[in-house]
Amino acid sequence: MLAESLGLSAILFVIGVIGVLTRRNAIIIFLCVELMFNAVNLTFVALSRYYGMGGQVFVLFVMTVAAAEAAVGLAIIISIFRHKQTVDLRNINVMKG
Amino acid sequence: MAVSGVHPLAATIAAWMWLLPVFPLLGFIINGAFSIISHAHIGPADPDMGHGSHDDSSGGESHAAGDHEDSHVVGKPRFASIVTVLGPGVIFLSFLLAVGMFFAMRGVDMSTPFVQQYWSWMPVGDLKLDFAFQLDQLSMVMVLIVTGVSTLIHIFSIGYMGDDEGYARFFSYLNLFVFFMLLLVLANNYALLYVGWEGVSLCSYLLVGFWFKDKINADAGKKAFLVNRIGDVGLLTGIFLLFANLGSLDFTTLAASTGSLQVGGALVTTICLFLFFGCTGKSAQLPLYVWLPDAMAGPTPVSALIHAATMVTAGVYLVVRSSFLFSMAPIASITVAVVGAITALFAATIAIKQWDIKKVLAYSTVSQLGYMFIGVGVGAYSAGIFHLATHAFFKGLLFLGAGSVIYTMHAAYHHSGNHADAQDMRNMGGLRKAMPVTWIMMWIATLAISGVPPFAGFFSKDSILNAAFEHSNDSILSGATWLGISGHTVLLGVYVLGLAAALLTAVYMTRLMLYTFHGPSRTTETEQKAMSEAPWTMTGPIVVLGVLSLVGGWLNLPAIAAFIGPSGGLDKWLNPVVGSATIAMTNGTAVEASRGTELGLIGIAVVIAIAGIVIALLALKPATLVTKDQSPGEHGFEKVLAEKYYVDEIYEDGIVHPAFMTAKNVLWRGLDVGIIDNLFVNGSAAVARGFAWVGAQIQTGSTGVYAWGIALGAIVVLSVFSFR
Amino acid sequence: MDNYGLFYQFHFYLFGVIAIVAAVTFVTRKSPVAAAMWLVVVMFCLAAEYVMLDAQFIAAVQVLVYAGAIMVIFIFVIMLLNLGEASDITDVRGIWGKLLAGFAGLVLIAELGLLTRTGIPSGKYVVGRDYLGQQLARYGAVGAVAKPLYQDYALAFELTSVILLVAISGAVILGRKEFTRAR
Repeated sequence: MLAESLGLSAILFVIGVIGVLTRRNAIIIFLCVELMFNAVNLTFVALSRYYGMGGQVFVLFVMTVAAAEAAVGLAIIISIFRHKQTVDLRNINVMKG
Repeated sequence: MAVSGVHPLAATIAAWMWLLPVFPLLGFIINGAFSIISHAHIGPADPDMGHGSHDDSSGGESHAAGDHEDSHVVGKPRFASIVTVLGPGVIFLSFLLAVGMFFAMRGVDMSTPFVQQYWSWMPVGDLKLDFAFQLDQLSMVMVLIVTGVSTLIHIFSIGYMGDDEGYARFFSYLNLFVFFMLLLVLANNYALLYVGWEGVSLCSYLLVGFWFKDKINADAGKKAFLVNRIGDVGLLTGIFLLFANLGSLDFTTLAASTGSLQVGGALVTTICLFLFFGCTGKSAQLPLYVWLPDAMAGPTPVSALIHAATMVTAGVYLVVRSSFLFSMAPIASITVAVVGAITALFAATIAIKQWDIKKVLAYSTVSQLGYMFIGVGVGAYSAGIFHLATHAFFKGLLFLGAGSVIYTMHAAYHHSGNHADAQDMRNMGGLRKAMPVTWIMMWIATLAISGVPPFAGFFSKDSILNAAFEHSNDSILSGATWLGISGHTVLLGVYVLGLAAALLTAVYMTRLMLYTFHGPSRTTETEQKAMSEAPWTMTGPIVVLGVLSLVGGWLNLPAIAAFIGPSGGLDKWLNPVVGSATIAMTNGTAVEASRGTELGLIGIAVVIAIAGIVIALLALKPATLVTKDQSPGEHGFEKVLAEKYYVDEIYEDGIVHPAFMTAKNVLWRGLDVGIIDNLFVNGSAAVARGFAWVGAQIQTGSTGVYAWGIALGAIVVLSVFSFR
Repeated sequence: MDNYGLFYQFHFYLFGVIAIVAAVTFVTRKSPVAAAMWLVVVMFCLAAEYVMLDAQFIAAVQVLVYAGAIMVIFIFVIMLLNLGEASDITDVRGIWGKLLAGFAGLVLIAELGLLTRTGIPSGKYVVGRDYLGQQLARYGAVGAVAKPLYQDYALAFELTSVILLVAISGAVILGRKEFTRAR
């Protein structure tokens, strides 16, 4: 089951990467990042069978941090939306230059 | 170097031989300084700047007249008196020193040359070149000719260039020329000789294009320099081959090491042919003679000095200096003789139909140089030098005489306001009444060049043609095959061509005298009243050269004419230098033709000379000539001759134009602009811009690009790990 | 592939396929709400996977926290900003962008494949066979995770709570309506 799990995890991760690179909506990009988190979680759980319970414990931590990050990130998106009235990535280029 | 111990000449005046070129060099510097100073004061509206802009087809000869009635600024240029003394003076000092050295040499055993080394010039690896002078009999002869004739011509220039604004510049260039020429003849190795060779090319350019404000003159100067340059490639290649195979460039070392070369082998022949190619450029033989007629655009003293007496003879000098090589390469020697013979005849045919006095003399020079090359080609090296000496006398005289004629014609034209061509023979005629001294002297020169005894040219030309005939039977050349023909036949052909050229020489020279000095005058009355003999500074040297043309032949009398004086003077004098080469050429046996053969050959030569003069006198009618403007054009073969066989046009279309087009389109547009400018310069700028564009993507502020950057970075890092 | 009967293997592959299909669908939706829904599907499938891999507690936490809390936040924000409709700005990039991204993805997969082959020796137990089963039997599903969490990784646990605190404060501050006015 290990090889399949790792393969599935890799595929999901790459799908998430493609989504980040392709989409233009900031929220959807965020969601793709969440997908990448999930894929990594799968890897940890799959390997915990061979390396001990630390894998599953780490999954808990990942979820926690993902939650914190989602909260902060969404707050940022909200404040950007308040300024620019859009979440299109093309218009978020304040760092230009 | 074969000097053991100290050379006996070192204790004599010859130890000062380094002063020989230093005097003219000082003259160049001082006169040049005067020239620069005097020009530094010319203001914005100086009317003198417009001189020299004549539109003669033969190339602007300056006014050089003493009497202006128009509003030109009159008077001598600044510092004229100092330059007048200094210019010829330094050359005269060199001449005196040379005479002293000559007498010193006579009292001393001169079986080896006297070499003075001044400094070590290029010690590079195996190549050890020194700046050193070599004084032996050959260079003594050349030094005497160069300094002697130069002195006379410098004195002539005082009168001729007296009113030219570039007076000081002229003398400085002349002095520089003498300096380089002395370097050439005194050099003890090929490299220093090459320095002198190039230097005289440079001075030729400067002097031929002296009145450079006329484009024709500037172009003539350029042509002289460039065509010489082409020949110099051959000379350089020969020098390279010499060094590569024999390891040295000293004359004495090379002469001793020729044992390692195979007689008649490919290497020697190649070297000699390359050296000779350089000579065709410098000494105006086929195919590189085309610069000499155009060089008549320079002032007449320049033509007399450079193109009659000294520079063009450098090629002959080179061959004689390299006689130890040429005597080992029969094919190369035969080539030299053949080229000389063909050139002699070719140029003589063109000279018959030229109307400009100086052009006739120019082609005559080419033709006579051909004779010299016949001489050194068949192995008669001292005969070639002999003709070189006598040619310096009578050709120098002819040019100076022509200069006097042109000077007088210009004076006449200024008097009458005529703007016709002062050098065209059709505008002259009957000048003997106005210029008797010049007339007589030029007749002496004409007889000398035609080969009438007892004038100078007879002996020298005769010894060359006799050598050609005799060597066709009894030398290493006669046994060799040249392009499939036996050497014997080739040399006989050379002899016949030489005779034909002698006939034509007599014809065109007599023609020149007839049209210029005899017959009815084609100038107007007012002009004839203004004509007179040139000033003594100009006729003096002419007289001196006339005397030399008369007695110069007695330098090297053949044995038959021993009743006149000691025979074979020059032969004996040059024997230590060229003797071994001459012996090698004649298979070890001294060629002694029977009295009958010699008398027969002499008789043939005299008959030909007189026949030529008589033919010209009978066939040419100066009375039927009209002035140049009224003359009808030429037709048929005469037109071909008058247009010099269209050689210049052929060169222009066949060689110069394609080369120019290649340079312009391929090399300039293709390589220079296309590749170097566009590809390298602009291309590197474009590459830099590209890199900058790549770098600028980091600063776009667009989050999407940054996301891409992260992803790419991750991929790169992972790839490093996955391929470890 | 030991200890697993056909039941587990079949359902593992089934939920794996569904997860991949759902993920691809998720990435290509134009509407954020639809995308979020599909991501929830992915998470549920992954929870099923966890059950197959004998991590039942994690599966439950996945559903509770990830699908139940985090995705809910996302839906809240989307609704708050009224970004629910499928609109132009949610369009994916041009064809070249997609191709390039696909190529980058392929490269990444290849590299990951290479890495797993070299880095992880498959089938090597570090902790002994059936370690997981033993832990489950001794401590139960929750206890098996809780024991190392509160004993071996207690420091990390405490730090996580600090992270959460900071995140909450940050989110509150960032989410205020006017924060230009200094308080």
